[in-house]
Amino acid sequence: MFYREAGQFKDNYAADRAVFPILQDRIGLGVILLAAFLVVPLLGNAFFLNSIMTPFLIMALGAIGLNILVGYTGLLSLGTGAFMGVGAYAAYKLTTSFPQVNVLIWVMCSGFFAAAVGAVFGLPSLRIKGFYLAVATLAAQFFLQWSFVRVGWLYNHDPSGAIQIPARTLFGLPITGPHATPLTQYLVVLSIVVFMTLIASNIVHGRIGRSWMAVRDMDIAAQLMGIRLLPTKLLAFAVSSFFCGVAGALMVFFWLGAAEPVVFDINLSFKILFMVIIGGLGSLIGCFLGAALIHVLPIVIRMLPLGGDAAMVEHLTFLLVGALIIFFLIVEPHGLAQLWRLLKQKLRVWPFPY
Amino acid sequence: MTAPLTLYGDPSARSSLARGETLLKVSDVSLSFGGVKAITKVSFDIRKGEIRAIIGPNGAGKTSMLNVINGFYHPQQGEISYRGAARARMKPYQAASQGIARTFQNVALFKGMSALDNIMVGRTLKMKRGLFWQMLRKGPAMDEEVAHRRVVEDIIDFLQIEAIRKTPVGKLPYGLQKRVELGRALAMEPELLLLDEPMAGMNLEEKEDMCRYILDLNSQFGVTIALIEHDIGVVMDLSDRVVVLEYGHKIADGVPDEVKADPRVIDAYLGVAH
Repeated sequence: MFYREAGQFKDNYAADRAVFPILQDRIGLGVILLAAFLVVPLLGNAFFLNSIMTPFLIMALGAIGLNILVGYTGLLSLGTGAFMGVGAYAAYKLTTSFPQVNVLIWVMCSGFFAAAVGAVFGLPSLRIKGFYLAVATLAAQFFLQWSFVRVGWLYNHDPSGAIQIPARTLFGLPITGPHATPLTQYLVVLSIVVFMTLIASNIVHGRIGRSWMAVRDMDIAAQLMGIRLLPTKLLAFAVSSFFCGVAGALMVFFWLGAAEPVVFDINLSFKILFMVIIGGLGSLIGCFLGAALIHVLPIVIRMLPLGGDAAMVEHLTFLLVGALIIFFLIVEPHGLAQLWRLLKQKLRVWPFPY
Repeated sequence: MTAPLTLYGDPSARSSLARGETLLKVSDVSLSFGGVKAITKVSFDIRKGEIRAIIGPNGAGKTSMLNVINGFYHPQQGEISYRGAARARMKPYQAASQGIARTFQNVALFKGMSALDNIMVGRTLKMKRGLFWQMLRKGPAMDEEVAHRRVVEDIIDFLQIEAIRKTPVGKLPYGLQKRVELGRALAMEPELLLLDEPMAGMNLEEKEDMCRYILDLNSQFGVTIALIEHDIGVVMDLSDRVVVLEYGHKIADGVPDEVKADPRVIDAYLGVAH
């Protein structure tokens, strides 16, 4: 079957405003979801699940959070790592204080703490834009990371200074702690990421998403449409930080198992920002593509039989990943999502040139 | 052309002013930026249902006047009353919620969005569903989206831009961008529509189209229009009354024929013999 929209008529506005109006897209999405929920668990080994798929999904979720801010609202932030940390520490405090409540509820609730902190650090965005705002959000990065080190209450005064995730179960099945299998952890993360991606997609395709993009593209005109800048920007910060916070909690609970403050340093912020830029600003698919390129690709390259000793392989990986990033950005400065869009555009008329 | 059914569908949403009553009154407004006086003691009024032109040479303060009306600038002196009530210092979004819409001299569209989404943004103030329903994008949120889409489609029909509704506006030619911008302002169902040079840079056909839309808007929906335009032929044909500014001062005000014959206006445009 060709990728064609010919013959697919929409007879109501709801169908016309669907996120995937073309049938083949919906089939493709269904196949991907089916593969993620069934094929990957059946075929993947522990290494593949725990080192590639789970972190890939978590990073993609963090990238979605940042993309809401940078890609959709046009506000540059370098505080992503810290906001993810807020989510992780909030979930840790909540689950250690109230162990009887299911950990998944606390993981989702941790997002609200990150959202509140994010909104506070978003306040300067009314006055400053672009790189200056990025520098202002650095304050969040440094202050929060400092708190993770200095405020002992946050890590329950653990002598190691790190947070150790306790064992928790879901329907009697261990999902965190040493007894949890990579498979269950992967499935939990996958479910949450799919659910939250759906939510993000709904928000950005509705009134709120349009207000964000209006503020991004022309804030003066947006004000004239009755959009108030401060609430709109703060909402973007809050929603963005919510997603980042949940991603941070997932990262510690379902992937790392324990985390020191240094996990949430500025390198994480940069890593997520690069995923967003290379994946494509203002695109949710781009977040997944960006996460794949930045996180998964180095692991895959390391596994290739390139020869040489370990240090050599490591250097080669850096070299190759760097070259690929430059290659993709030269081919399409608007990111992998734009490449994907162009590819679909070509497919639409294939095998004819136009 | 049939009249859109849903646009301005609810008569109660309109103000109770009758056609011909004063909608907006500017009294002795002065605006300066540091030492530069942009507007000096200008007074004029806009009546409900008229097409009011503001003309003048470059730098006369026309755009500043519009910026004062919709709250971007706050005049140092003078008073503006709207719908009979004196207006306090206000923000642009408050002007928007009172029914004042505006287009810009250099197109100020949301470049990354489609024409349809641009016009949908104009409906923002009329959409009420909050974050919770937006997250679900089902039920009430979708109903609201569809109801407003219907109005937007009427605007798209009215402006004859059906073919480009899904095109990103950055890729559209200039004339169509201007038309989309008019559509976006219309989506707010404004009572007072401020048009800043709606025909600048257009060819004759585009100008004629734009004139037709402006006249239709005014006659079919009773929208009050204040317009800045340099094409004097257009201004004289379209407008009911004209106010002329020069160097921030008002030099003439009246029906087109009066203004055309005013020696000060002729001097301002053609220069004075020394």
